[in-house]
Amino acid sequence: MVTTEGMEEEEKWLAEGIAAIQHNAFYMSRALDSDNLREALKYSALLLSELRTSKLSPHKYYDLYMRAFDELRKLEMFFREEDRHGCSVIDLYELVQHAGNILPRLYLLCTVGSVYIKSKEAPAKDILKDLVEMCRGIQHPTRGLFLRSYLAQISRDKLPDLGSEYEGEGDTVMDAVDFVLQNFTEMNKLWVRMQHNGPVRLKEKLEKERSELRDLVGKNLHVLSQIEGVDLEMYKDVVLPRVLEQVVNCKDEIAQYYLMDCIIQVFPDEYHLQTLETLLGACPQLQPAVDVKTVLSRLMERLSNYADSSPEVLPDFLQVEAFAKLSSAIGKVIEAQVDMPVVGAISLFVSLLTFTLRVHPDRLDYVDQVLGACVKKLSSKAKLEDSKATKQVVTLLSAPLEKYTDIVTVLTLSNYPRVMDHLDAGTNKIMATIIIESIMKNDTCVSTADKVEVLFELIKGLIKDLDETATDELDEEDFKEEQNSVARLLHMLYNDEPEEMLKIICTVRKHIMAGGPNRLTFTVPPLAFSALKLVRRLQGQDGDMAGEEVPATPKKIFQLLNEIIEALSSVPASELALRLYLQCAEAANDCELEPIAYEFFTQAFVLYEEEVADSKAQVTAIHLIIGTLQKMTVFGVENRDTLTHKATGYSAKLLKKPDQCRAVYACSHLFWVDDQDGIKDGERVLLCLKRSLRIANAAQQQANVTRGSSGPVTLFVEILNKYLYFFEKGNPQVTPAAIQSLIELIKTEMQSDATTPDTASDAFFSSTLRYIQFQKQKGGLMGEKYSPIKV
Amino acid sequence: QNYIIGAFKPACNISITFSDGKSRKPVPLKKENGQTVMVPLFQSQENIAGKISVEPVSGKKAEHNGIKVELLGQIEMYFDRGNFYDFTSLVRELDVPGEIYERKIYPFEFSTVEMPYETYNGVNVRLRYVLKITISRGYAGSIVEYQDFVVRNYTPPPSINNSIKMEVGIEDCLHIEFEYNKSKYHLKDVIIGKIYFLLVRIKIKNMDLEIRRRESTGSGANTHVETETLAKFELMDGAPVRGESIPIRLFLSPYELTPTYRNINNKFSVKYYLNLVLVDEEDRRYFKQQEITMFRLAETS
Repeated sequence: MVTTEGMEEEEKWLAEGIAAIQHNAFYMSRALDSDNLREALKYSALLLSELRTSKLSPHKYYDLYMRAFDELRKLEMFFREEDRHGCSVIDLYELVQHAGNILPRLYLLCTVGSVYIKSKEAPAKDILKDLVEMCRGIQHPTRGLFLRSYLAQISRDKLPDLGSEYEGEGDTVMDAVDFVLQNFTEMNKLWVRMQHNGPVRLKEKLEKERSELRDLVGKNLHVLSQIEGVDLEMYKDVVLPRVLEQVVNCKDEIAQYYLMDCIIQVFPDEYHLQTLETLLGACPQLQPAVDVKTVLSRLMERLSNYADSSPEVLPDFLQVEAFAKLSSAIGKVIEAQVDMPVVGAISLFVSLLTFTLRVHPDRLDYVDQVLGACVKKLSSKAKLEDSKATKQVVTLLSAPLEKYTDIVTVLTLSNYPRVMDHLDAGTNKIMATIIIESIMKNDTCVSTADKVEVLFELIKGLIKDLDETATDELDEEDFKEEQNSVARLLHMLYNDEPEEMLKIICTVRKHIMAGGPNRLTFTVPPLAFSALKLVRRLQGQDGDMAGEEVPATPKKIFQLLNEIIEALSSVPASELALRLYLQCAEAANDCELEPIAYEFFTQAFVLYEEEVADSKAQVTAIHLIIGTLQKMTVFGVENRDTLTHKATGYSAKLLKKPDQCRAVYACSHLFWVDDQDGIKDGERVLLCLKRSLRIANAAQQQANVTRGSSGPVTLFVEILNKYLYFFEKGNPQVTPAAIQSLIELIKTEMQSDATTPDTASDAFFSSTLRYIQFQKQKGGLMGEKYSPIKV
Repeated sequence: QNYIIGAFKPACNISITFSDGKSRKPVPLKKENGQTVMVPLFQSQENIAGKISVEPVSGKKAEHNGIKVELLGQIEMYFDRGNFYDFTSLVRELDVPGEIYERKIYPFEFSTVEMPYETYNGVNVRLRYVLKITISRGYAGSIVEYQDFVVRNYTPPPSINNSIKMEVGIEDCLHIEFEYNKSKYHLKDVIIGKIYFLLVRIKIKNMDLEIRRRESTGSGANTHVETETLAKFELMDGAPVRGESIPIRLFLSPYELTPTYRNINNKFSVKYYLNLVLVDEEDRRYFKQQEITMFRLAETS
């Protein structure tokens, strides 16, 4: 309420001020039109008197100031034309000083001063010096700042700069610099004083108002940077030391922060680079509340950009030892600002690191040095608790990952894992994920066991439980996500050398085995496949032939695999293990290692018998077993018989009849391998098919009894298809008559009232018949074969 | 044009011309009726010479008991208005008693007249120089005509002119040091100086430099002092902090100042003071007054 009222009041005052300015401006222009100097001075002074108000906030005051400013431009034009007012500029310079009120007097003085300099009737430096001195009369911060900014404005194009028309004859660049520096110093003092001029309860308001005025102060630095004559030498010897002196001495946090930033932004990068020591030297002297880290970050960012922009400046960076200076400055700042939160320190390291990565990408030692410094800082506290600080550490650690797309580079940084040690478990995981993502994104191949070792040290947050408490809070989704990424990572660990690859596998195994049962289901498969891949590569060269000396033989790997898969029993993940065993068996088959293959099958069967209890899982498992077994070529008759026998046995023992039926007819393939020298035992094939037919019948009856209607004929049609397959493959036991009778059977079944009509199986059947029809019509050998069958 | 003559319908018209009237600088003089007239300017030791013409009205003859011209330097105190004290009185007889039939011209001259005091128009006192022409007539009353003129005296620049420098303050509250570059200023001079803040514990709103004129008249128990502020010149706006130094540059030419007059004929004195006034945010005034000596420097132009 109060504030809105206050604002309305302020609006009113502003409106009144504007009205008064306009009123006097009207009379002033009338006086100007009639070349009446005395009247012009009178009304301009009245107009300027409006700027004496203390009632407006800087924002509103600026509005007023701008209006007065516009009017003063007209007045200046008039002053310039001596023949209109008939008063020499020197007399004019005195005349305006007769005004009794100081603020209008000084505005007018500055205005005439501008004309005076232009007339060149006196050295520019003398006039500038006089103006900047006289302005001391305004000690009110806002009014003083605006007055001095007016002075800065009107003098900007009249400084005795190098090559300027006002230079020479005793007017040197130094005078221009002195003038601007003095005005800057005074303005800054006024600006800082604002802070102390109000009651404490209005601190926030004051700070806001101050920030509105900061650009008035900063403008001076900008002017300095625009002075042609300020070369590196002068900047180094005069400008920077004096500006910094003011910055440090003003002991005001807002000013220090703003001005440091200003210095960094307005002066050329090249100057910064050459005066790095001076500039950085000021940092530890700033007030503790100053956000030095942002200042330094900006500086480093600028320097990085500079380095990026032109590679030829790089030698300069090296010559001035930019990194060492920045690094030590940061150290000093951290040391000096005892109260600086950890997050501040770390973000400084982040900036330094970013700088290093951009400017000296080839200097890994620098990167490691930064990380080392960070470790040192972090080691004062056990674990990071501050979430912001943690975030910064993550940024810190991610930076090298982004820069060096090759993760291997990062792995050589000795301090990298040490920094990670200071993160909490959650963040460690995040970091690990980032590392993995980086590897995935860049398709980086980690190719030695040592590096793998380091890498796993880095991502250990994902590999094992770091502390017990975290586990129960863990979201399952997240966990899966994490472990999947680890699984993906495992595929990136690769070396063409089998020996080294084996080492890698062993290393990985060591780590993942320590990860606890929950992770194994995710990590074992990729590892197993990675090992199998190696096996496949070695497949050509027989391990036995090469002798014992060769470390990487398929045999050895299979042993390893056995152990790896065995670990899954602790989970337990029997189905997964079963699949992996089968995969291994297949690989062993391809390596023609019969005993090993047999062993794997045995393992698979054992698992099936002991662990796979769920009937659905059993169905899946048995089909996998049958499929794998069918492809096995390595087995001798005996072994094969044992295994096939087992498989068919399991098939017939499935719980549901349809499952039994399907498994059994699938078993028929075990006796008929459609290869050149595959087994072709037509009789046992037929046996299987007949058996499955029986089971289908039984299933049908069972359905009749329990539900009053038999199930669809799908099973029969499926069996018919199997018949057709073997018939076509030339199994002599499968005759057209048998097929014919099966077709009839299906047709009868379909017409039976008891059968539930089912469009899917009907369609299946009719398309099967259509196939037969097609084969018949195709003619040739196959058509002939089919001809006895009637549809 | 003289209303006194007009009012009484005198028998004669009297007019005065100065012999160097054309070349002499006319200066404004404020008369007691408030009007400002331009009159010639003289200084001490100058010759005052000219012609007086006496012309009877419309051809009548005018009888008289003699004609004289007096040069009077007078001081008039306002509590005793109309009563002039003549500190200078010189007489020249122009004519012996007789009759005037037509316009008659009388030359006159007062050579190297001592006029030590300047013409002054103050609050309570006036010092003037006047030529008084008297046509004495026995029965009809004398005819009197006045001609004012202004006297200004010039002083060479003083050989010793020290600056005024002083530290003043209120304990634990405000300590300042001020400096004016001179203690003696001529009327078109510029006061240059500065104020240095040694200690500031109060919120100062602004600071002015005033020029005050102190006119004292009478003597002893009857002394009457009148102080006027002739200039109020703002030196500073806002609250300074310790260590600030505020410049002073005050041009004296815009103000109507006179030289310092010390004990003029034991009748009056006019003195000038610089008064430094600081006003705090509660409108309390802190001030320090310093006398300065004003003098009139010969104008070079």
